[in-house]
Amino acid sequence: MDGVHDCGGVEGYGPIVMEDENVPKFPEPWQRMAFGLHWGVAFQGFWNIDAIRHAMERMGAIEYLTTPYYEHWLRCNEILLVEKGVFTQEEIKNKQNEIRAAMSAGGD
Amino acid sequence: MTKEGDHNHHHGKEHGHHHEPPNELEVRVKAIEALMAEKGLIDPEGIASIIDAYENKIGPQIGARLVARAWLDPKYKELALSDGKAAADQLDASALQGDLLIVENTPDLHNVVVCTLCSCYPWSVLGLPPTWYKSMQYRSRVVREPRAVIKEFGYEVPTKKEVRVWDSNSELRYMVLPERPAGTEGMSEDELMKLVTRDSMIGVVDVKAPA
Repeated sequence: MDGVHDCGGVEGYGPIVMEDENVPKFPEPWQRMAFGLHWGVAFQGFWNIDAIRHAMERMGAIEYLTTPYYEHWLRCNEILLVEKGVFTQEEIKNKQNEIRAAMSAGGD
Repeated sequence: MTKEGDHNHHHGKEHGHHHEPPNELEVRVKAIEALMAEKGLIDPEGIASIIDAYENKIGPQIGARLVARAWLDPKYKELALSDGKAAADQLDASALQGDLLIVENTPDLHNVVVCTLCSCYPWSVLGLPPTWYKSMQYRSRVVREPRAVIKEFGYEVPTKKEVRVWDSNSELRYMVLPERPAGTEGMSEDELMKLVTRDSMIGVVDVKAPA
């Protein structure tokens, strides 16, 4: 798809933001968790790279451009696992509420 | 900084304070993980081991050894340039990926690697890519104005050199074999590999001789 995701040659994104070579691989815990989950789901055979690409290209331009990298992976897994009928959007929502409540209470 | 859609990069650090609501991205990952676990569809050991591999083991030191060895051993260099994966397999490279094409910098040619579609990168020899490699800025610009981009990294490609940009995909990844700098004659593989930076194997800088 010729969408915002395929950005070669597009102008206007501005200068590159450099970082030190020695920054941690996963500066925030959720990034490490999202990386691991992504491969965990792959190992179970729920997607291949083309399915991920297709899911990513269905992220809207604004969502794609304003969310961090590993959130793209997370979103693709949410999309594909619902589409494959592993669980529903509602089950995700309920589980998120449960986890949010537990984290708020426990100060995890 | 806690609302969905507001991804302030500092929130991770503040997580754990009592009045700080939970990080929404963490909530989302944990929800999928929990649902998968309830259905017996997750292998926590497999996940832990791939995180450990890419956080602690597989990194640019593998590519740097490949480069140093290629500089010293013409036979190995021939293998590296004709079958990158076979050359990488002789080191402790990860076997997760497909083909690897190693492209050689020469006095007439400078190579640089990108993935304009997303973030394909030679993980097996360089580990996980830096954030800038995955950014819209780098991906969009390096194919249009590679010399300007490379200059931002601190290297000015001589005008007499051709610049070639390699756009990666999920089936074929590229790594640059930088030029061996003058003044490194007689150095060992271990000494040489210390000069080879991650960025030189992406092709945004050259390799500097020791000061």
